[in-house]
Parts: sequence; C-alpha cells; structure tokens
Amino acid sequence: MSWLLAFPIIIPFATAVIAFLNRDKPTGRWWSVLGSLLLLLASGALMVRVLQEGVVAAQMGQWAAPFGITLVADLLSAVMVVITAITGLAVAVYALADIDTAKEKLGYHALFQVLIAGVVGAFLTGDLFNLYVWFEVMLISSFGLLILGGSREQIDGGIKYVALNLVSTILFLSGVGLLYGMTGTLNMADLSLAVEEVENQGLLTVIAVMFMVAFGVKAAVFPLFFWLPASYHTPAFSVSAVFAGLLTKVGVYALIRMFTLVFDHDIGFTHTILLWVAGFTMVTGVLGAAAQQDFRKILSFHIVSQIGYMILGLALYTPLAIVGAVFYLVHHIVVKANLFLVAGVAQRLTGSTDLRRIGGLYKSAPFLGFLFLIPAFSLAGFPPLSGFWAKYLLVKAALDIDAWFIAFVALAVGLLTIFSMTKIWGEAFWKPHPDGVEPKLNKIDRADLWPLLLPIAGLATLTVIIGLSPEPFVQFAERASDQLLNPQAYVAAVLGGAS
Amino acid sequence: MELILASAIGIMTAAGIYLVLRLRTFPVILGISLLTYAVNVFLFTSGRARVGAPPVLRDDITTYTDPLPQALVLTAIVISFGMTAVIVMISLGAFLGSDDDQVNDQPDPPQDRSEGSS
Repeated sequence: MSWLLAFPIIIPFATAVIAFLNRDKPTGRWWSVLGSLLLLLASGALMVRVLQEGVVAAQMGQWAAPFGITLVADLLSAVMVVITAITGLAVAVYALADIDTAKEKLGYHALFQVLIAGVVGAFLTGDLFNLYVWFEVMLISSFGLLILGGSREQIDGGIKYVALNLVSTILFLSGVGLLYGMTGTLNMADLSLAVEEVENQGLLTVIAVMFMVAFGVKAAVFPLFFWLPASYHTPAFSVSAVFAGLLTKVGVYALIRMFTLVFDHDIGFTHTILLWVAGFTMVTGVLGAAAQQDFRKILSFHIVSQIGYMILGLALYTPLAIVGAVFYLVHHIVVKANLFLVAGVAQRLTGSTDLRRIGGLYKSAPFLGFLFLIPAFSLAGFPPLSGFWAKYLLVKAALDIDAWFIAFVALAVGLLTIFSMTKIWGEAFWKPHPDGVEPKLNKIDRADLWPLLLPIAGLATLTVIIGLSPEPFVQFAERASDQLLNPQAYVAAVLGGAS
Repeated sequence: MELILASAIGIMTAAGIYLVLRLRTFPVILGISLLTYAVNVFLFTSGRARVGAPPVLRDDITTYTDPLPQALVLTAIVISFGMTAVIVMISLGAFLGSDDDQVNDQPDPPQDRSEGSS
C-alpha cells in the first residue's frame, strides 16, 4: 500500500538521475519520456485505489501518524497527481523537439523531472513541514529551468522570481513555527483536530492569514502576482508550459487543502478575504492581459486571472463552489499548458511571439489554428468545452448564495478573456504576416513536427472530452468536494490506519 | 533568554526587510539571508526556549527541550543555504551580463550604444 503512494515520487527522481547521467547522449530525452509514461501509469494505479477505497495513507519509515511523515492521497490529491503526470508526459514529448542539445547538456531533463517530483510530492504529503520541503524542491528546479540558456531577459525575470518566492517561503516557515508552537504538531490531519482545542483563536486567524499570503505568492493572486508576468515569458516554451500548468496550481492546491482542513474555524473572516482576493485577481489579471502585445505575456496574465476563479470557489465555501474549484483546477492545467505549447509552435513558424510582428498562421497552417481555438475557447468558457462547465459551476455556486456581484465579476472577466483570445487570433492567425513570411507547418522538420503537434492535439482532445461529457468529471469533483468539506475520512485514514 | 532571542529575531527581520526593499540585487540577497536567519531562530524558539535541558531521553532528568524544532531548523538551514547559493549564482550572472546590479534590468541607453560602436 505504501508503495502506491511512494512510486509517483520515486519515479521522477529516478528518472532525473538517469536523465542527468545520460545528458550528453540522445537517449537522455527518451528516458525523460519513459519516466513520464511510468509516472502516468503509477498515478493511474493510485487513482484507481483511491476511487475504490477512499483516502489512502502511508507512514514513511513506519513511524506512526502524528510523529512520522505521512503520505496521503484523497480524491483531490489523486486527481492532481494524474493531471500532473498527463501534463508532464505532454511536455516531455514536446521537449523532444523544443529543447536543443545545448540545454540538454546543461541537464534540462533532469531538472524537469525533479520539478515534477516536487509537484507530486507537494500534492501527496500530509505533513506541513514536508510540504515546505517539496516547495523548495520545486523552486530550486524551477529556478534552474527558468534561467537555463542564460539570456539576459531570463536572468532578469529569474531574480524577481527567486526573491519573491523566497520571501513567501520565509512567511510560510514562520507560519509553520507559530502553528507548531501553538499545537505541537505539524501533521495536517492532526492539526485539523488540534486547532479546535487552541484557546487563542485570534492568533490562529493571524497564522491563517500568514499562510494565505505565503501560498498566495506561490499561487500568484492579487496583489502578490508580480513575479509571474515578469518571468513566465522568458524561458523555453516547454518550461513555461509546465510552469503555467503546474506551479501556481500547487499554491492553489495548498490553499484549498489548508483552508478546508485546518483553517476552517473563522470562515466569515478568512474566506471573506479570499473572496476579495479572488475578485481582484480575476480583474487585474485580465486587464493586465488586455494591455499586452506578446503571445506569452498575454497568456501569463491570464494565468493570474484564472487563478482568481479557483480561489473564488474556495472563498464561497459551499459544496457546489468547491466542486467548481476542483473542476476548474483540472480543466485549467490542461488548457493553459496547451496554450503555451501552441505559442511555442507559433513562434517557431513565424519567428517571434510579439503579436505585432507575426501573422498569417490561419492561412498557411489552419490545423494549428484549429488546435489553438480549442484551448482558447475553453479558457474563455465557450460551450461545450471544459471551461464552460467550470465557469458554469462557479457562477451557479455564487448565484445560489446570492453573491450577485462576484458572479457578475466572474462573467465579465470571461468576456474580457474572449477579448484577449480574439486579439491573439486576429493578430497571429488572421492578419497577414507583416514581413510576408508564409508560416507553413512543413517548414518544421518532419522529425520535429510530431513531437510538437502530438501533445497539443492530445491535450486538446482531453479538453473536448471533458467538455462533451462533463458528467463523470463533475460527479468526481462532487466526491472530491465532499471529502474536502467532511475531512473525517481523511483524518481517520491518516491517524487511525497503520499500514 | 527570551528577550535576547526576541530582539535578535526582531532586529534581523527589520534589517532584512529594509535590505530586501532595496533595488539592487546584492542587498536583496543579504536581506533574504537575514530574513532566513531570523525565521530559523524563530522556528527554533517555537519549541519553547529552555536552557540547559537535553533533547533526548535520559535517566533522572525531568525537564526536556523539544527536539523537533531543532530538526526542523536543521532542514531549513540546509535548504536556505542551497537557495542562497542558487540566488548568488543567478545574480552574479545578471551582474556580469549587465554590468550593474539593479534588480530591474534596464536596457542600455541609446547613446551608450552609439559610443560603443564609434
């Protein structure tokens, strides 16, 4: 039983070591693909187990629950691991064509796999300090990936990224210290019981806000998101795709986990802050995007805006809203990573990501245009794609509790998202190329073409599948939301079940 | 003891925040290091400051200090050391690439470029 939880972490680490040893050989990249495939299998097996048996927990080193490190998977963790594996595989395949040998020799594939290991570890851990360690694993590898290649622009973005993330880490650690000082435990399940017995509930709220700020920086919410648009448009496309898909979502996951499991003592206060944060995040993100003229910068600001929707689900804190947040999380990872991958192909064909200097993609590469439209429309919330159902659930949840204003904000932001997507469409696809270049797909080598297009097509198919038959996915999200709002099973699995 | 620890944490945090808010990378690195020291000491005290008490079980001793925060601090020190090394390398790269250590990398002013070419 414990192996099932440990494998999704061990596999990427092992792959990282092998890929690093083979970084000079052409086999290195295939090891990365193989490792990602194995991770997908392992996460699938974990998912099946969680679906059959409910929350699965394992104690590392056989130290019983509140003392040792616990790995635990409920439905939310399991689905996040599966979606991480899918994105990881898509990006690993894409990287076959996107990453040149110079970057491979610097250890791109090893860093990438360590990043995946960090993300998976953060989703699976049941211990707050262990979560900090996974954050750091993730951050160190993401610094490496961010500045790989070492152009001046990358380093400039990298410094802001490093500095702001370290400040958030420091806040996180102080929160951990305060929480340990008050409760004497760092096991999340144990904490959820222990915080109820704390006398000084006011200080607990202060700690909750510290965690909110610390995870908020990672999740890039208003007003803490400035590092994201400063850095995400600089690295290689496969790197920005995996960052866009996964990194901020770890912050959102941590917020959802902590604010449903541990900090649910003063919902009127903490979740009202979250509601304001969600509203401002949505609006500032989408307005920031409207002002940009670069393919990837627009997409980066949209990450911020979309994070707002997920926080909105958490902030409303009704069962339906959490369903919406979980659904949105899964949908968003697929769609956002895909859009960055499309941007990579577009850059390859037209020579730039600056929308003023490119064009003509629809005429000469209509297939790419089609592949762009699916995630773009899904992001904006067009029926019948996955984004429509995600937004529908959240807006309905808001209307159910008469939160008219935030529902209006969510819908208006959706409209502005369409504006940005049509801007990309009009500039990059419809308008003729200003330099008269004909960006035909056969400009790319055949050997490079399928690794570029296959992941995009695969992720787009997933978006369409979720969109056309949302029923099983919504049912799944309902079960996940039920587990989050009634954490007794989670607590019992961690503290009661010795395995 | 509490006073010394508390004021040490306070002074280091204050100095750290001041330095982090500068616009040059070298003070920012120093500031982040100071903040990490502060938070490490803070984490250490979260297990209560107790002088002269052992952290491991022994015969005929009744007061112990909590060993867990010490283990946590050890981990945090190692990680922050690694982080500092990474950020020093990145900033060094930025410094060598642009000849100044401004956090915001400014593009070269046009007159400099024309001077360089002439």
